[in-house]
Amino acid sequence: MPQRVLSIRIDGELVSTTEGKTILEAARASGKYIPTLCYLEGLSAVGACRLCIVQVAGIDRLLPACTTPVQNGMSVTTKSPKLAEYRRIAVELLLVERNHVCAVCVSNGHCELQAMACSLGVTHVRYPYDYPKLPVDMSHERFVLDQNRCILCTRCVRVCAEVEGAHVWEIISRGIQARLVSELNQAWGDAASCTNCGKCVQACPTGALSEKGHAVEEMVKRNDNISALAVWRGVEA
Amino acid sequence: MKRITIDHVTRIEGHAKITIHLDDAGHVANTQFHVTQVRGFEKLTEGRPYYEMPGITARICGICPVSHLLASSKACDAIMAIRVPPAGQMLRDLLHCAQIVQSHALSFFYLSAPDLLLGMDSNPEKRNVLGLIEKHPELARDGIELRKFGQQVIESLAKERIHPSWVVPGGVNAPMAREVRDQILATLPQANAIAGRTMDLFKSKIEGFPEEIAYFGSAPTMYAGMVDAEGNLRLYDGKLRFRGADGTIVQDQIAAEQYADFIAEAAQRDSYLKAPYYVPEGFPRGVYRVGPLARLNAADRCGTPRADRELEEFRQRFGRVAHSSFLYHYARLIEIIHALERMEMLLHEPKILESHVRAKAGVNALEGVGMIEAPRGTLIHHYKVNDEGAIVWANLIVATGHNVLAMNKSIQQVSQHFVNGNKLEEGMLNRVSAVVRAYDPCLSCSTHALGQIAMRIQLVGPEGELLDDLRSE
Ligand code: FES
Repeated sequence: MPQRVLSIRIDGELVSTTEGKTILEAARASGKYIPTLCYLEGLSAVGACRLCIVQVAGIDRLLPACTTPVQNGMSVTTKSPKLAEYRRIAVELLLVERNHVCAVCVSNGHCELQAMACSLGVTHVRYPYDYPKLPVDMSHERFVLDQNRCILCTRCVRVCAEVEGAHVWEIISRGIQARLVSELNQAWGDAASCTNCGKCVQACPTGALSEKGHAVEEMVKRNDNISALAVWRGVEA
Repeated sequence: MKRITIDHVTRIEGHAKITIHLDDAGHVANTQFHVTQVRGFEKLTEGRPYYEMPGITARICGICPVSHLLASSKACDAIMAIRVPPAGQMLRDLLHCAQIVQSHALSFFYLSAPDLLLGMDSNPEKRNVLGLIEKHPELARDGIELRKFGQQVIESLAKERIHPSWVVPGGVNAPMAREVRDQILATLPQANAIAGRTMDLFKSKIEGFPEEIAYFGSAPTMYAGMVDAEGNLRLYDGKLRFRGADGTIVQDQIAAEQYADFIAEAAQRDSYLKAPYYVPEGFPRGVYRVGPLARLNAADRCGTPRADRELEEFRQRFGRVAHSSFLYHYARLIEIIHALERMEMLLHEPKILESHVRAKAGVNALEGVGMIEAPRGTLIHHYKVNDEGAIVWANLIVATGHNVLAMNKSIQQVSQHFVNGNKLEEGMLNRVSAVVRAYDPCLSCSTHALGQIAMRIQLVGPEGELLDDLRSE
């Protein structure tokens, strides 16, 4: 059945899109940039990071573009001082929650969180750092999970479940206690369902998941092919 | 009893304080060197993957990150139980030579030349690198150029000047381009010329410091430094040698992994710095020195022609084993010449351009030790890992640490000779600071501390009352 064509305004510009698309998809299709972290094209969207927040005329709340479906006649603002400020706050809160020591991180220079902080102009952090004591799981033969760098975006959880079909990853606990765990909270090396495919590593935006043996700054990731594969398989419902 | 406190010592890397105790007659009774900050890298690296250690430990210091990178990578090489490919070895060696040149240039021209060329008693407001630029612009320019040369080599190899991540466990992460080699070779002659000029100038000035040579820590100690199988000075690879004060070789060809049989560390009461000592002699008798002077004393020769000619002359002047810590400056200049010669030699090796520069492996040994001669002396990184490769224990023995006992002795000797507690003069106390600077201590590294530098001298009376308080900066 052909989908209904809708028209919306993004930053004042008239854009036509189809029913069922999200604001983010409509924006991207018309070449408009909205910052994202937890979104990865091809995977389901979860609205975890709140970087993609936008203003919609007539609604007081800020809405995540990655999970909000378009409605006919909607008027969306993607750039404003208020949005910039809230996006900066979102990044700062990610930074204080864990120990993101960029200087000694395997992903330094190739990290989406770091790049996002730079592009949003996060020059300092207004909140006190939490400095939690977090473990590094090195039990897997090829890969490492460093909880210190995890931002709970769940891209690994989704790529593993939706593309690889292994569903090794899950989040336990809530709020500040939330942690990424592999297979019923066992060491990654003991997770029998892990196929060693490494998709989670490539999908991870930071140094939380990395390949073993990569020294500081050496972990460069490719998530474009993860997206291509996911889109090709039609994961996205 | 009166007490004088120098807090902090200026023109060194890090924070330190010196206390001078005077007897009732105002003569120096005792001295103490305290390092007042602690950082504890050993603790915070627990649980981290071993291959992150070079990057993490390089952050201990912004002055010689390359030294930590190399020592740490060597410890990781041992954990992986691999052999670094020849080109990788040579490139690390080359990088290290550049590091020696830039670090020694910093110590000599920026930190110590003001004392040496403007005078120990000169106006303290001008007795710094700016005063030097005013009085001896050519020398200051040379210093800047030489340091820049070393930094540019580091940058052209490692892509960054500070905290390069090019050195990795197993070797280096990219081969050297032919153009980079040619470019370094093209700038070497100028660096050589500066080193030669500075050496001549220093030799012409050294006659003016008879008292300093005589009293700047001239008490004999043992010396430790790395040498090859023939006894040539080695900075990047080699085995450790201890030479006694009388010139006999006490122990030779100590491999990195055997260090603990010969070096132990004693915790001190008033300082965050642990004091290493030579085990067979015990503590505190086993005082030894490391660093440029110690290396030249320990080695038979440098193994490169120009440096060996200078070393020959040096030994004719001061004996086979030179004890005065004032001569660290002289030794530093000889080592600059040696490092430049070695760079030239390495750059002419055809193998240095080979593309195989890194060996890869996982954890093949649960323990690894890396040892190099950092600009300030022997640097040892020792790690233990679990079979997944997570660090379970780490120990760093840093150059300045080895010297701390000797430094203490030197401070005592200088104070006794130059300080008169009844009539304090700035120049006296500057000499006390200058003897510390002769060692070019890097306290950031050794306690793993970092800080701003300013000087404070307090004179405290018998009842603890403050008699005098001098501040600079
Ligand atoms: S990208 Fe929309 S919430 Fe993260």
